[in-house]
Amino acid sequence: MSQNDSLYSYCLRLGDNSLILGHRLSEWCGHGPFLEEDIALTNIALDLVGQSRMFLQYAAELKGGDSTEDSLAYLREEREYLNALLSEQPNGDFAVTNSKNYLFSVFNYHLYSELSNSKDEKIKAIAEKSIKEVAYHVRHCGKWMVRLGKGTEESHQRLQDAVNDIWMYTDDMFESDENTDLLVEQGMAANLNKVRSNWLKDVTEQLKEATIDIPTDTWMMKGSLQGKHSEHLGFLLAEMQTIPRTFPNSEW
Amino acid sequence: MSTAQLSKTQKIFDLLSEVMDPEIPVINVVEMGIVKDISLEDGVSVSITPTYSGCPAMNIIATDIKTKLQDNGHTEVKIIEVLSPAWTTDLMTDEARAKLEAYGIASPNRSSVNNSDPVGTPKECPNCKSANTKLKSHFGSTPCKALYVCVDCLEPFDYFKCH
Repeated sequence: MSQNDSLYSYCLRLGDNSLILGHRLSEWCGHGPFLEEDIALTNIALDLVGQSRMFLQYAAELKGGDSTEDSLAYLREEREYLNALLSEQPNGDFAVTNSKNYLFSVFNYHLYSELSNSKDEKIKAIAEKSIKEVAYHVRHCGKWMVRLGKGTEESHQRLQDAVNDIWMYTDDMFESDENTDLLVEQGMAANLNKVRSNWLKDVTEQLKEATIDIPTDTWMMKGSLQGKHSEHLGFLLAEMQTIPRTFPNSEW
Repeated sequence: MSTAQLSKTQKIFDLLSEVMDPEIPVINVVEMGIVKDISLEDGVSVSITPTYSGCPAMNIIATDIKTKLQDNGHTEVKIIEVLSPAWTTDLMTDEARAKLEAYGIASPNRSSVNNSDPVGTPKECPNCKSANTKLKSHFGSTPCKALYVCVDCLEPFDYFKCH
């Protein structure tokens, strides 16, 4: 694989992560537990879709031809999406949504922190821009982890159940392959071992404060880097892609 | 750059100072720090930088800038989006901050750079000037704001976060 192709795949991975997580979050629009949180969830979704656009615009530029951010976002098949499994999981109750957002935001924070030193100017610029927004997401979701964990017996139990349920998808975020490893060596991509140890440190501290146990001996589901997804992505894409596929090239 | 070119560039800046932020209509796009550069080769090229990456106002701002220049005789207008260096509220001018306050939005009152609490808190209620304010919600009416309430006059207000 040429360096250009590796960078293209890498940008797809990063762009797809934010696109799918953002789209999932947008499903809360009008359904939030209360008005302020409804606005918070959709604002976070907006930031994520914005970050995704920057990565997909760059990916389209690397691919060349007729490729655009929209064709990449809306006209690929399920197996061509490289988003991590955690991002596509259903929203569940608010405890599941918040846990998913929290775990992913901490990941993105440390990822972008590494990428702020990328030798690829474009990736560096996107990371430096995104990290400010992600830091705010971490703060918001992190506070909810503590609030729910230390809240009522029911909120604590629901949060513990949520973390138990989605923990099996966390390893998949740190998956790498030969092409990515090469980009890491060239100083363009993030060293995911480093991201992982920083992620685990923050998550361990925050969950301890929230009186939530980190599951142990969990069987880990992986495969998103090869385009192997859980059954949920297909349904999400069907909804997300329906308008652009039904009315090609329409604008509003 | 020649004097003639400089004054031409200045004229473009003056025109852009009439383009208001669609979501905060008392502040123009130059004061916001969105306009990064103007180039006069092959028509007019305006480099702009997005505030928040998903801010829906950016598309409107780009269109408004284009329309403004075209209405004033510049037929060839190009908008270039630059990401680096990332936009920060530090780019907002003092005039812009004063206008925000007068409009009822607490301004980002200090540098967002190298700060352990980068978002900051409002200095005072823009309505009654009391320093006794409380955070209601991390997220407000637009991505750049948080919602506060004044404990003294009980008026809710937007706080433009340091970013």
